[in-house]
Amino acid sequence: MSGSLEFLVQLLNGIQYGLLLFLLASGLSLIFGIMGVLNLAHGSFYMVGAYLAFWLARDIGNIWLAIPIELAMVLLIGVILESALFSRLYHRDHLQQVLLSFGLILIFEELRSIFFGDDVHGVPVPPLLRSSIPLTGTLSYPVYRLFISGACLVVAGLMYLVIQKTRVGMMIRAGSTNREMVQSLGINIKLIYRWVFAVGVTLAALAGMIAAPISSVYPGMGSQILIICFVVVVVGGIGSIKGAMISALTIGIVDTLGQVLLPEFSGAAVYLLMAVILLWWPQGLFRVA
Amino acid sequence: MRIGRLMLMLGAVCVGLMPLTGATFYVQLVSKIMILAIFAMSLDLLVGSAGLVSLGHGAFFGVAGYAIALLSPKYQAASLWWTLPVVLIISAALALIVGLLVLRTSGVYFIMVTLAFGQMLYSLFHDTKLGGGSDGLYLYVRPTSSIAGYQPFDLEKPLHFFYFVFVIMLGVYVLLNRVRVSPFGHALAGLKVNEQRMRSLGFPPIPYKLGAFVLAGTLTGLAGYLAACQFGFVNPEMLSWHYSAMVLMMLILGGVARFHGAIVGAFAYVLLQEMLASQAVFGAIAKHWQLGMGVLIVLSVLLLPNGLTSLLDRLSRVRLRQNS
Repeated sequence: MSGSLEFLVQLLNGIQYGLLLFLLASGLSLIFGIMGVLNLAHGSFYMVGAYLAFWLARDIGNIWLAIPIELAMVLLIGVILESALFSRLYHRDHLQQVLLSFGLILIFEELRSIFFGDDVHGVPVPPLLRSSIPLTGTLSYPVYRLFISGACLVVAGLMYLVIQKTRVGMMIRAGSTNREMVQSLGINIKLIYRWVFAVGVTLAALAGMIAAPISSVYPGMGSQILIICFVVVVVGGIGSIKGAMISALTIGIVDTLGQVLLPEFSGAAVYLLMAVILLWWPQGLFRVA
Repeated sequence: MRIGRLMLMLGAVCVGLMPLTGATFYVQLVSKIMILAIFAMSLDLLVGSAGLVSLGHGAFFGVAGYAIALLSPKYQAASLWWTLPVVLIISAALALIVGLLVLRTSGVYFIMVTLAFGQMLYSLFHDTKLGGGSDGLYLYVRPTSSIAGYQPFDLEKPLHFFYFVFVIMLGVYVLLNRVRVSPFGHALAGLKVNEQRMRSLGFPPIPYKLGAFVLAGTLTGLAGYLAACQFGFVNPEMLSWHYSAMVLMMLILGGVARFHGAIVGAFAYVLLQEMLASQAVFGAIAKHWQLGMGVLIVLSVLLLPNGLTSLLDRLSRVRLRQNS
């Protein structure tokens, strides 16, 4: 009995991890699908989010006040980076975008090392969410993990509504198909790109921020999550939010269960899944043409 | 072009004569740069000739390094003459398997998939006991070149190792330039520009791209073999995608789609890195050299997209116009 409950707990953890991956991958997929920019520094924003959470939780103490401050900061960084750097590369090839964002990764990592050092830091769970739900005498499930899943679902729902149901969403979708046409209709496509980029990286930072209390903050956390994010996008198909959701959940569950069942090979399990999917569907499961 | 070629030959002679200064530190530094130049040139075959940006080539570099470390008996020299071919065959076989999978994708997918495969091999070596886990392995003794008691050169000596790498680097340069002007190279260039048209002309893309992928993987393995010999140890970091990205950076710094660009880029990148990390120049900030490197990378992508060798081209064009 407790065996199957334990399995349920791991499954819930997998789903929670998958939803977090979705939050990250959707930002990456959004930026690529609309502007055609491959941003390797996406994982760095995850790290930035986590470290800002650590910093603000320590110095302000109130995480509910820290969240809006932090999101505003990342949004600003996103706007600055887009206008100063990425907007110059929309017409260049992927190689240069890759290298520009690689340069940014080095800069972010080193700034992290200068300001916060190279130690692992824990981030406290906010007091309101500190309790656990008891399942059996020994097993319980932390409320905070449920909060993460809930928050990710809310953001996913909001994103769907904005992109599919609003006027801005219509402009974004149109801009990804035909930039010149949208521009000649009098819509400021540059402004739209700027905000899509900023919102995309803010989603990554948000993911880092809410994950910080369970993952703690450590050097290289951005690179690690970036690769998994790529796997999610490759499996799901670029530009497909539905595909990103399904593949993020699959990979979250495979990775979490893999770590329990085959700890030595869990690192490779996710990539093996990717290889198998690539054999049958080279364009990912749900590619938008 | 004449002035450009003259300057390149002058550069090659300078590098070849460099050990005469007798500074062992610099002999070893330049050996390291030349190994990275071999890596960069083989990546340029994919990036420059075939238009395939791979972020997973560090895997071939690292696997070859692990292969020589695992093949060598502990504290004893293995023979160069059988370990080198075996390592090259391992690299080629791995590139064939990985290539068959990753070449099903193209464009930005290719970048992400190569990165993920590289990372898969990284985690395999990092998490399992196969290659000593995250600590890696030591290669205590470099392979020996002796045949039947006669030893033509001794790789343990920095000077011999330097010229060994120098000759291999020139050999790879000549080989890759031959490949570029061969019918195979022309087909690759055609596929880079317009795959649809090449297909209708009767050139199936996959065999050509796979050929380039395997050749690039094999030569990267050659660089990995030499790197393991020089450093005396291998660790999972050799396989990481940061390594691949660094070598791509060398390419763009020197100039893509010309193999001398890869060599110039390797020299420029490592020398810049040495300067930024030098405490004599930057004092206490030298510890954070990656910050400066990151800024330089961003600037060079924005301001010098065609690389340093494009400056050379521009210079020679100006001279030609003056002559005529």
